[in-house]
Amino acid sequence: MDMGTGENEINGENLKNQIQLVLKENINDVLGEKIEKNAASFLKIKTGKIKTGKVFNITYDLSKENIRKFANLGLKDEIINDVYINSFYNDPFYKSFVLVAKQPGVTDDEGISAQKTLIDILDLKLDTKTQHIYTEDIYLFENELDENILKELAEELLGNKLIHHFEYGRFNGKIDYIPEVRIGKNYKSETIDLNISDDNLLKISKDRLLSLNLKEMKAIQTYFADEKIIENRMKNNLSEMPTNCEMEVLAQTWSEHCKHKEFAAKIHYKNLENGEEETIDSLFKTYIRKSTEIVRERLKNVGNNWLLKIFTDNAGVVKINDKSIFVWKVETHNSPSAIDPYGGAITGILGNNRDPLGTGIGGGKLLFNTNVLCFGTPNYDKELLPGQLHPKRIFEGVRHGIEDGGNKSGVPTVNGSIIFDDRYSGKPLVYCGTGGVMPYQFNGVNSWLKPIDDGDLIIMAGGRVGKDGIHGATFSSAEIDENSPQSAVQIGSPITQKLLSDFMQEAVKKGLIKSSTDNGAGGLSSSVGELAEITGGAVVNLEKVPLKYANLKPWEIYVSESQERMTFVVEEDKKEPLFQLAKEREVELSDIGKFTSTGFIDVRYDDKKVAYLDMKFLHEGVPKKIMEAEWKKSELNEPEISSNLDYNEILIKLMGSDNICSRENVIRQYDHEVKGKTIIKPLMGENGKSPQDAAVMRLNFDSFEGIAISNGICPKYGDINAYEMSAGAFDEAIRQIISVGGKLPNINDKTNRFWTVNDNFCVPDSAFDPVINPDGKLKLAKLVQMNKALFDMSVFYNIPMTSGKDSMKNDFKSGDIKISVPPTILYSMVAKIDDVRKTVTSNFKADGDMIYILGETYDELGASEFYKLFDKLGANVPKVRKEDTKELYKKVMKANDLALIESCHDLSDGGLGVAVCESAIGTEFGVELDVSDFKDLNLNAILFSESHSRFAVSIQPENKKDFERLFKDDCIFIGEVTSEKKMKIIRNNDKVIDIEIDKLQRAWDEGLK
Amino acid sequence: MKKVKVLVITGYGINCEEELAAAYKLAGAESKIVHLNDIFLEKESIHEYDILNFPGGFSFGDDLGSGKVLANKMKYKKMESGKTFLEEIKKFLDDGKFILGICNGFQFLVKMGLLPNTNGKFEQEVTLTRNNSAKYEDRWVHLKKNPNCETPFLKDIDIMPCPVRHGEGKLIIKDEEIKTNILDNNLNVFSYCDADGNITSEYPQNPNGADLDCAALTDPTGQILGMMPHPEAFLSLYNHPNWGQLKRQNPEISEDGEGLKIFRNIVEYITTERTENTE
Repeated sequence: MDMGTGENEINGENLKNQIQLVLKENINDVLGEKIEKNAASFLKIKTGKIKTGKVFNITYDLSKENIRKFANLGLKDEIINDVYINSFYNDPFYKSFVLVAKQPGVTDDEGISAQKTLIDILDLKLDTKTQHIYTEDIYLFENELDENILKELAEELLGNKLIHHFEYGRFNGKIDYIPEVRIGKNYKSETIDLNISDDNLLKISKDRLLSLNLKEMKAIQTYFADEKIIENRMKNNLSEMPTNCEMEVLAQTWSEHCKHKEFAAKIHYKNLENGEEETIDSLFKTYIRKSTEIVRERLKNVGNNWLLKIFTDNAGVVKINDKSIFVWKVETHNSPSAIDPYGGAITGILGNNRDPLGTGIGGGKLLFNTNVLCFGTPNYDKELLPGQLHPKRIFEGVRHGIEDGGNKSGVPTVNGSIIFDDRYSGKPLVYCGTGGVMPYQFNGVNSWLKPIDDGDLIIMAGGRVGKDGIHGATFSSAEIDENSPQSAVQIGSPITQKLLSDFMQEAVKKGLIKSSTDNGAGGLSSSVGELAEITGGAVVNLEKVPLKYANLKPWEIYVSESQERMTFVVEEDKKEPLFQLAKEREVELSDIGKFTSTGFIDVRYDDKKVAYLDMKFLHEGVPKKIMEAEWKKSELNEPEISSNLDYNEILIKLMGSDNICSRENVIRQYDHEVKGKTIIKPLMGENGKSPQDAAVMRLNFDSFEGIAISNGICPKYGDINAYEMSAGAFDEAIRQIISVGGKLPNINDKTNRFWTVNDNFCVPDSAFDPVINPDGKLKLAKLVQMNKALFDMSVFYNIPMTSGKDSMKNDFKSGDIKISVPPTILYSMVAKIDDVRKTVTSNFKADGDMIYILGETYDELGASEFYKLFDKLGANVPKVRKEDTKELYKKVMKANDLALIESCHDLSDGGLGVAVCESAIGTEFGVELDVSDFKDLNLNAILFSESHSRFAVSIQPENKKDFERLFKDDCIFIGEVTSEKKMKIIRNNDKVIDIEIDKLQRAWDEGLK
Repeated sequence: MKKVKVLVITGYGINCEEELAAAYKLAGAESKIVHLNDIFLEKESIHEYDILNFPGGFSFGDDLGSGKVLANKMKYKKMESGKTFLEEIKKFLDDGKFILGICNGFQFLVKMGLLPNTNGKFEQEVTLTRNNSAKYEDRWVHLKKNPNCETPFLKDIDIMPCPVRHGEGKLIIKDEEIKTNILDNNLNVFSYCDADGNITSEYPQNPNGADLDCAALTDPTGQILGMMPHPEAFLSLYNHPNWGQLKRQNPEISEDGEGLKIFRNIVEYITTERTENTE
């Protein structure tokens, strides 16, 4: 039905036409139904029936005939939609409404797609590079709802006030709002006088949101007071004092995010337990880089060369075989996800995707995403602080961001983990990882190299530049009015990036791109600045950068973090074919400058220099931080808990607990098998219910060579011992890979059996301050210990850190209240698998199979899920005994060579009881176990101790002899897989557990519901 | 003997092109992945190929409804020489050639009016829209073949397991007349079913609540097949979520995935036809 052209008078200077799509009356509005349900369950609001609609506000001048054609042919799905042109659906049955529009400058992909389709249909020459179609969502509610209720619906369920503009009340049939960006032209070049007192230096840093401390401000002061510098500046027609652009470039380059000043700091570390003191000159150099260099040296000594690139590029690189290399990176996107969970997560993923894309020459093929998330508990019931979002809302927003970021890019999300702890309720942790594959060479050049020469062009590609992300979330609210672009939060555009990455693959293959890097934090300043280090300088012409809207200041263009952009290094003679291909692939390119060897970064706007900085000072001038760390053990005790409990009940509680229960609802909304290469998915088995230890992927369709992907993270143990927590997380990531059939690295193995780790530290503010951070020294000491464990494990196993990241200020502050995350480390590991067909899944395969526990169980219930049921922490933290463990892992490898193992599941949260139950979940089997052989342990420890480096395995009875001969004392036989779907456990002839698997599974399934 | 030539379209957010091209290679054909715009620029012609494929993905981010922007492009945008893609496709079909659309490709075929095309006018007769769960989901389902359907794509298939990965897979048929036509001509070639082959509207075996529990359609000629589930994601036994147990139960089980059958069928059909014609 075409509702004809209405006669609504359209307000707004430029608004020319409006089109609305709604569902026909006979079509179920499933989105409306979902919102009605969520409003009732999350907000306790009864909306009545909901009618949803989509509004297109158009600023193009189009004839009546054209607008009708566009609406009916281009937008309407004639089976399900009614369309309204310059009028709106307005049935008095619906008594209230909410309109959700985007704020100015917020990504509007639907609007962009509508513009593209308009051009296809009407064959008009119109500008599609800037925004002319603005989409909005309208929700009509049957019930008459008060303004404050509608406001709550708008802000808590339908949108986010940081990125959306809302209108609500009773719908009058008119919509006037469009989020056009208009900025006045008010730029004048400014210089900043630094010949001022220390107090005033700090004031400048604060007022301009530079986040530079006094030492850093003074270093800048000294640079600009240098006579040689002044002379050089005069020669180049620059002011003696720095321009505002120069201050911004320095602040960006010297930011914690880019320079990792705390991981580079000199740390005085005191251990009050044993009185030892030491000075650590950079955690990064001493532990992370050092361990990897030791491993690399060992590999080199025996002529092994699979470790191709570490720490020096956007992502680390290892060799798969003579034809291909593996590139990968894990990052965090915590702060943005705290304020806009959807936008934070989707930009996190897309940004992380650009790391492997922008490694070496660039243009790799993305193979998978992983996501590890830490949230406050879903049932968080403390009062929310101003600006704090409920953990459930953060959870749902982040999940949705991951869904769109991965699914719409065609990258499978194969692995992940979710951890709940109320200390993450202020700042969630959102770890995004991406792996990719590149050919070993492009046109005869090793693909991981980054060749750049003096005179090469700087080409920017992808999205246009707006005020996005300038000064991150601290952007001054004083500068914002209703037509200011919203800049603190960004929404990623997967489709823009997909076009860009497809284009890169083609262009690199054709030899048109010499090197590439991504534009992320710090924008051009960071990407060009880092590439320019290779040649020793660059000239950038900012007026050539395409903008989303007019009148950005030069420094804003330079540091803007607008998404979906890459920077390419291109030789002059490749420019034309590159631009031609880009045009054919609808990717926008701009030639914005040249690399030089002058030693200076030379930034211009209309030929006038706006920044001219010595590269050496820019990149090496930041003063070293000095920090204090002090370790003092806290007094902890083991609680007294009876061994005479209702274990059926305990196990049901554990299976349904936040940190153990099923993640199926989340996992199913991620595409985990696009590309057709996922061999072990997050959930396996006949019913797709059984949780797995690590993901396994094959690398192509003509061989069975593959990789296993795992993650180790267990922050809870850090409440007892940060070293053991970090070592335990490292072990967890290894044992998951061993569990699915991976093999430990062997220095002498010439088959490129690589292992590669990304280490990601997320810690609370650890810089001591007597007033604002009195326990900073202890927090820093924990960080030191986490690093020591990393070093010890890495060197012991010969497993290198190829890349990583640190996020140092994970505290949420509101007034005097601070919610700080527990010190958290994630080890993300990838290891090569020779033949994916020989990998092992965790679910039981046949009744009658024999079940064993591999590895030693200790009385280690400290920080366990079992103790958590009693609200206890305990003291016996699980310890990693790496020498014993390595021997066990070698036996598991041997057993898999002999195909002795039918199912294997590593023991972690919830110990033996939970692991065995998980192996039965989703199968048609049960288990009958006797745990009398764990002689010296109490029953609670037997069932629920979380000692590391253990597995629950099942084997065919006919393999018993070979299996036991191999494992000897490292295995304990505990029982059998049965055809009765029950979990039965006895000890010394006493019944301990006797319960239906279905009951346990129900608790597990419904834990997060 | 000349190999069967297969064209797989990519670009604009399509993302299952590689596994689809691999499927045909494994089935013995020669496949090429081509950017859609190269066809508009007439650097490539679809007429050089025997099978034209529209893979899954999120063309244009699924903005304006899945497959819609792509369908508009094909219907209205002019190629270099002034033709539309739709006109090219009509000629391609007149030549007796085959078209396959999976997931986003199916959504696009439906919005183009190529499926089910009961009246032969290439008008949109059905749509694929938001699942009843209002969620995107990746899960394995079972498909029951309509035993009376005649499309060569589905020869000798009865029940096939396969993953679905979509948020907009619910088929809605415009009216009763079209529904009757679909049923009378057995154009609803796959239905969601349980593991034993009983057709069902129960979630999650039926993941979206489609009319007729329908997962796939052909046109009356059987030359065009569109399906929501992804057979190209089941090329190897090791894609199956329960491969470990299947192998244990039957150590001799084939390492090929069941999804491969569809591609083998059509490649074999064209090869046989060609042999018969040359004889």
